[in-house]
Amino acid sequence: MIKIIDLNKSFGLNHVLRGVDLTVERGESMVVIGGSGSGKSVLIKHIIGLLRPDAGRVFVDGIDVFQLKEGELNELRRKFGMLFQGAALFDSLSVWENVGFGLMQHKKLSDKEIKEIAVEKLRMVGLVGVEDLMPSELSGGMRKRVGLARAICMEPEILLYDEPTTGLDPIMADAINDLIVDMKDKLNVTSVAITHDMKSAYKIADRIAMLYNGKIIEVGSPDEIRNSGNPIVQQFITGSASGPITIEGVRHEGDFHRA
Amino acid sequence: MRILRPIEVLGTLLKWPIEELGRIILLLSSVIKELFTPPLNIKNTLKQMFEIGVSSLPVVVITAVFTGMVLALQSYTGFKRFGAETLVGSVVALSMTRELGPVLTGLIVAGKAGASMAAELGTMRVTEQIDALETLATNPVKYLIVPRFLSGITMLPSLSVIADIIGIAGGYFVSVYLLGASSAVYMKRTWNYLELEDIYNGLIKSCFFGGAIALISCYKGFYTSGGAEGVGKATTGAVVLSCMTILISDYFLSAWLFK
Repeated sequence: MIKIIDLNKSFGLNHVLRGVDLTVERGESMVVIGGSGSGKSVLIKHIIGLLRPDAGRVFVDGIDVFQLKEGELNELRRKFGMLFQGAALFDSLSVWENVGFGLMQHKKLSDKEIKEIAVEKLRMVGLVGVEDLMPSELSGGMRKRVGLARAICMEPEILLYDEPTTGLDPIMADAINDLIVDMKDKLNVTSVAITHDMKSAYKIADRIAMLYNGKIIEVGSPDEIRNSGNPIVQQFITGSASGPITIEGVRHEGDFHRA
Repeated sequence: MRILRPIEVLGTLLKWPIEELGRIILLLSSVIKELFTPPLNIKNTLKQMFEIGVSSLPVVVITAVFTGMVLALQSYTGFKRFGAETLVGSVVALSMTRELGPVLTGLIVAGKAGASMAAELGTMRVTEQIDALETLATNPVKYLIVPRFLSGITMLPSLSVIADIIGIAGGYFVSVYLLGASSAVYMKRTWNYLELEDIYNGLIKSCFFGGAIALISCYKGFYTSGGAEGVGKATTGAVVLSCMTILISDYFLSAWLFK
């Protein structure tokens, strides 16, 4: 369904992706884990063609994303829904206009019909009676839900989640995880999520891939990752500050004594 | 190699403005392409026309009336010295229509509407709303920039016409009611020396200014990076560059139009 081959991307001197290879099967839920600044967001933005790579390819259903002309790319994007980290709701539009944005742009429907569909999608993510509010009136968790409703409004085949639980309290985060699992069961979508929240990764993933130093260093089921022998993976999933992964600009206490 | 050093410095200095100009021209070409690709987003265009036209109207009116008044006052004092007071009407009319109407409205709209365009698009960029538009298979140039460009080139001439009329009325008020000129003579002088060409060449200038303000401000906002600070820089940059463009191009347009 999605095949990423030898993806390379630099920003100035910062070589973020250094040959990423990853395959996501149809109907699968893939979670990419990795530290802050490891290039997870950059990776997910390449899948939907928001960024262009320096080298490498991305195939969606066998179509090379970066060979497409603008019109064809927009055609392909209709298969996708994406939930952004900060939800990225349009502040100048009301909640239902946000959710029904894709329909407004691409389908010939009356406002009344679009609003009905939007209300239905909002109900699917557990929101009732918010359709006429503006995004600025919503809490962080509600914004994410509206973002999710917008992502599923055009009935996509592929859902992309950019840090779906970041910035939410643990209970709201778990509710969002439940929703993501729910979306997969109800809509039968393929999904790619990026996160550094391991609890979320274990809950929503069929397979987990770890991105480190611009490469995928390990792919496996949640259990395989949990029992991985790779010290880098172990350090990340147990969340320890000491280990092979060094934090740039931060020296671990032990290093001081050694130095 | 020391001989080449000044050339190297000159090259580095020129590289940035030339790159910037190139990107603005590329943006202009895609704006023009999208402008002639149906459908046109009429709802957004009307909304932007309202934003630019109506929101700047009070400031334009106040600026124009006082400019007309001070013009009458100053030229009366000057012309009285050689007994040419009756020409005040023509000076006010010609200055307002040829020069001050278009330029002052341009500067006001650059400060008000241009700044808000850059800030709005800049915020949309840093909060990923522009990315979200693309994931919803919507061309951001068509959805965001074309309506602003269209309202710039239509609303600025409209505001200029109002500024012309109000400025002439301000001059009339000062001359007739405060300086004791004869109303009939003032009106006659205004009409005698004012050609239709003066008015519409002024309007061609304001059309150009309107397009330039919208394009520059949208460009600055659209390519914002670096969070809240970046939005601030984009906004300031948009106003400064728009005002400079207005004042510099005004000379060349005047030299070309009023041969």
